Amino acid sequence: MTVEFWFSEPHTPNVKLSIRVDRQLYSGKSEFQRIDVFDSPEFGRFLTLDGYMMLTEKDEFIYHEMITHVPMAVHPNVRDVLVIGAGDGGVIRELTQYQDLEHIDMVEIDELVVEVCKKYLPKTACRLDDPRLTIHYEDGLKFVRGKENAYDLIIVDSTDPFGPGEGLFTREFYGNCYKALREDGILINQHESPFYPEDAAACQRAHKNLVESFPIAKVYQAHIPTYPSGHWLFGFASKKYHPLRDLNETRWNLRGIPCRYYTTTLHKGAFYIPAYVEELLKHVEHE
Amino acid sequence: MLSQERAPIYEALQEFEKKRVVPFDVPGHKRGRGNPELAALLGEQCVRMDVNSMKPLDNLCHPVSVIRDAEQLAAEAFGAAHAFLMVGGTTSAVQAMILSSASRGEKIILPRNVHRSVMGAMVLCGAVPVYVDPACDDRLGIPLGMRREDVARAIRENPDAKAVLVNNPTYYGICSDLRAIVKMAHENGMLCLADEAHGTHFYFGADMPVSAMAAGADMAAVSMHKSGGSLTQSSLLLAGPAMSEGHVRQIINLTQTTSGSYLLLSSLDISRRNLALRGRESFAKVVEMADYARSEINQIGGYYAFSEELVNGDSVFAFDKTKLSVNTLDIGLAGIEVYDLLRDEYDIQIEFGDLGNILAYLSIGDRPREIERLVGALAEVRRRFGKEPDAAGLMRQEYIEPQVDASPQEAFYAPKESLPLDKTPGHICSEFVMCYPPGIPILAPGERITRRIVDYIKYAKVKGCSMTGPEDPDIERLNVLSGLH
Repeated sequence: MTVEFWFSEPHTPNVKLSIRVDRQLYSGKSEFQRIDVFDSPEFGRFLTLDGYMMLTEKDEFIYHEMITHVPMAVHPNVRDVLVIGAGDGGVIRELTQYQDLEHIDMVEIDELVVEVCKKYLPKTACRLDDPRLTIHYEDGLKFVRGKENAYDLIIVDSTDPFGPGEGLFTREFYGNCYKALREDGILINQHESPFYPEDAAACQRAHKNLVESFPIAKVYQAHIPTYPSGHWLFGFASKKYHPLRDLNETRWNLRGIPCRYYTTTLHKGAFYIPAYVEELLKHVEHE
Repeated sequence: MLSQERAPIYEALQEFEKKRVVPFDVPGHKRGRGNPELAALLGEQCVRMDVNSMKPLDNLCHPVSVIRDAEQLAAEAFGAAHAFLMVGGTTSAVQAMILSSASRGEKIILPRNVHRSVMGAMVLCGAVPVYVDPACDDRLGIPLGMRREDVARAIRENPDAKAVLVNNPTYYGICSDLRAIVKMAHENGMLCLADEAHGTHFYFGADMPVSAMAAGADMAAVSMHKSGGSLTQSSLLLAGPAMSEGHVRQIINLTQTTSGSYLLLSSLDISRRNLALRGRESFAKVVEMADYARSEINQIGGYYAFSEELVNGDSVFAFDKTKLSVNTLDIGLAGIEVYDLLRDEYDIQIEFGDLGNILAYLSIGDRPREIERLVGALAEVRRRFGKEPDAAGLMRQEYIEPQVDASPQEAFYAPKESLPLDKTPGHICSEFVMCYPPGIPILAPGERITRRIVDYIKYAKVKGCSMTGPEDPDIERLNVLSGLH
């Protein structure tokens, strides 16, 4: 006998994703958003913010590996990293596998998210005690505004561009990131999806802002089953390094970091995007 | 007396709704049925409230029931003897104020940096302006308030003037010594009028400059759609005990529409209630955000976000801390250029920018995250577009003292001719020229045009100010009084 207890998230006014729930482990509200944690038969434990799926135990490796290892396989000498958002700790878990990293600043606006993830999502929050990590609980836009020439890599692991994350998709934010990066720095961001119209519009706007802020602004993709349409994008914005021409496969593979999604071959393929996505992005580039 | 928790007009509309009365009166959209696109745009709830005056809903031109109650509540909330709900914007309140105070040939003492509605009222009633030179801040290039001694002199030299008008505050947040000016005016048998378009919060916030009613002024025009949170075009006219309510209402009715919108009226009602019940905390938050924004902006370098440090006890008697005014000259850009960059590059619409300053409007609707965006964008504007200040060749001075050679009404209606801009110095202007915002006339009817004014107009155009007023929309030509003057 199964209990009809489901979590649903509307992807558009006409499309929903529903996941059967075993039980709810947590529900709370911070100053910024509502936080819920569930257990499910199919996806294991999952976290939602304001009713939007953030991560599931079953597919989080895809997102976290793709947002972290792609830039790390390109930039030859990452010492200092800034991670914005990432309250669940997944990006930190991936980053701390690199021995030569010296320091990571993590800026998460919502302290409650980190607290909840430490308690209920130990598989993603397990490296939040790394000695190289400093967590700052404040607005990412405000934090980055005060930095200049300080980071080799900035990863923006944000929520969607409405709600507390909206400032992290703006022109001024990307400009402030440019200033905060060293002369060969890379900016990686969660870049929404090209499929459903609202997500595609957000994606296009973000791309426009990035193209206007960095000399190199590319996009790569991954397949994340629990996000709307499953087809998700990341932005690769760079002052110097090209994501494919400067990829050093041998060097990265010698590190021996175990991954279940990322490979240096996949890295290359990820930058070859469908025709309609190329069209969507070209529309806002002034070539 | 009703409690401030009531909203008589809004409640009457709700009651009326329930009856589902069949309309055979205007408006013709009949609760939206006749204009489905309008109903879809504004929402059914909104179009259903768009009704005509009738017995249960009272009449704006002659209020005896719910509108009267709403006005009494407003008067009580603002500490006034009488309050009038205005649906023609603060322009209508300011003009009613002037028209109630002076008629043709009678003088009004006022600073030159008044809103165009003040000048427009003088064109209508034929009053004559006596300008008090507002002191100027050289670093900022903005006109300040009026010095007590300057007002006293103007009163001495014009003992027959009918009223003294004060900006409380000016566009930038500068206040004059209102209490002293009220006293001087009253001692000399003159009314004291206040343009409080930007001072609604003075009535509700703590630690604010004194409000016109508290200072004893006779009338005040208060924008409810600025810091009051009400719909655009809704405003209030306040009057002290010396004014005759009936007389003021007659003046208002000379130009007021007989189809006052209930959307605007109920908005005024609800906003008044909101201010009365929650104004204090709301404005405390606004001041906190403004102080924070100022301190962050001043750390960027180049910008100067000014505040109370300007207070000098006279021409800057008090400063409105909710105003986020920033001087931009030291980053090598004119205020109007920063205004345009913020809008075009960052989708941030601030209130206005002029030669050397910008003004961002902070209100009860703002959140910290938006402040962060504004500060972040200002930092980027400086990084990407800033220039060397001396090399930029920026004009500083906003204020040019006018030479009034004919009354506004005379000049506006006199026979005129159109001349190209460069041929106008030496002539008397018969129309208005101003940048909008802020809508403070660079030239008003009756003033003599000088080379310096023409240079200012050209500079403002080049820098990108939207200009308005003259008959020629491109402002290449001006109308001047024809014949010899």
